[in-house]
Amino acid sequence: MKFKESCPIYLQIADRICDEICQGLYVEEGRIPSVREYAVTVEVNVNTVVRSYDYLQSQEIIYNKRGLGYFVSHGAVEAIRQQRKTHFMQVELPEILKQFREMGLSPEGVARLYGEYLKDNP
Amino acid sequence: MMEVKELTFGYNRRQKVFENFSLSLGEGKICGLLGKNGTGKSTLLYLMTGLLRPQKGGIYYKGIDVRHRLPQTLGEMFIVPEEFALPRVTLRKYVSLNRSFYPRFSDELLRSCLRDFDMNEDIHLGELSMGQKKKAYMCFALATNTRFLVMDEPSNGLDIPSKSQFRRAVASGMTEDKTVVISTHQVRDIDSLLDHVIIIDGSRTLLNRSVSDICRRLCFAELTAGELTGDELYTQPSVQGQSVVLPNRLGEEHTTLNLELLFNATLAHPQQMAQVFTD
Repeated sequence: MKFKESCPIYLQIADRICDEICQGLYVEEGRIPSVREYAVTVEVNVNTVVRSYDYLQSQEIIYNKRGLGYFVSHGAVEAIRQQRKTHFMQVELPEILKQFREMGLSPEGVARLYGEYLKDNP
Repeated sequence: MMEVKELTFGYNRRQKVFENFSLSLGEGKICGLLGKNGTGKSTLLYLMTGLLRPQKGGIYYKGIDVRHRLPQTLGEMFIVPEEFALPRVTLRKYVSLNRSFYPRFSDELLRSCLRDFDMNEDIHLGELSMGQKKKAYMCFALATNTRFLVMDEPSNGLDIPSKSQFRRAVASGMTEDKTVVISTHQVRDIDSLLDHVIIIDGSRTLLNRSVSDICRRLCFAELTAGELTGDELYTQPSVQGQSVVLPNRLGEEHTTLNLELLFNATLAHPQQMAQVFTD
């Protein structure tokens, strides 16, 4: 079954925080906003952000210092890149490859297109 | 924290709004109360805050019957009705006159809420537009810091930026020991704020579930005609094709709650929907 993806809000928020970490808005070993602050920023229920933070903690992207708040883990940026790459290879790429086949594109044709793209977008 | 037990109530002898109706609300939740026009949403809110009294059954806040309107229950609850009149005084005066009824009143919450809504305490309550009046009263409501807060159609009359400010104000005032009940038809205004959904229909509670439970059991999707599987619990035409509600067979949350679809599906097929939620 194919869904036009609308993933749960708590994961969308987790993804947003990952983006902000990758952009350097929150640095590794630096503090991120409290659950409440973040809930206010994105206008959602506090419990939703609690789940986002729990999820990121389980992925070892952030960690909790008792009484001090949440901090970005050492190596978080690399971990996020790895995860996103894995997600792309396992979920998105097969979808794209399937479309290549439906369009009747040969592997050589795809390689040529990719080569041309790299030439045009150095 | 709030227990409605076998409630019967009607505005006249022939027609009952509620008959043998029961409902229970927990702590630390922002609940959306949904129902068609005339199904008793506002009536239920008035009953829960002691403004109306049940004909049969009882409503209990932390074990105390709210019909007695005791200071220990009234000081713990606040209602923002859909329409209300305010005295012709400044907000500052209003606050100083009324704050002593609410033992947990917070100046800090009042300040932050006024800041969120871009208002101050010097405004005169007799000279405000409907939207402004609603915002001023909502600031006072949040500042009373009561553990039980009820809002009837809070986003009605609010302009576009105020709807977002409203969500921020409610999100920031929320703590684990509070319960907020928001009754509304403007589902898009509040859906990201909710963590619990209640749908009522006269004598029945059609749905009383947490948002995460709903999303574990249902998927909300946009499908094109070719993608329909026959498994759909509910479909309605949309720009992309069909908006559908499907049973979630994966056991994990897969999609975001679509309150409008959930509401329509629940009203259209109450039995099938109830089946999805039986364990």
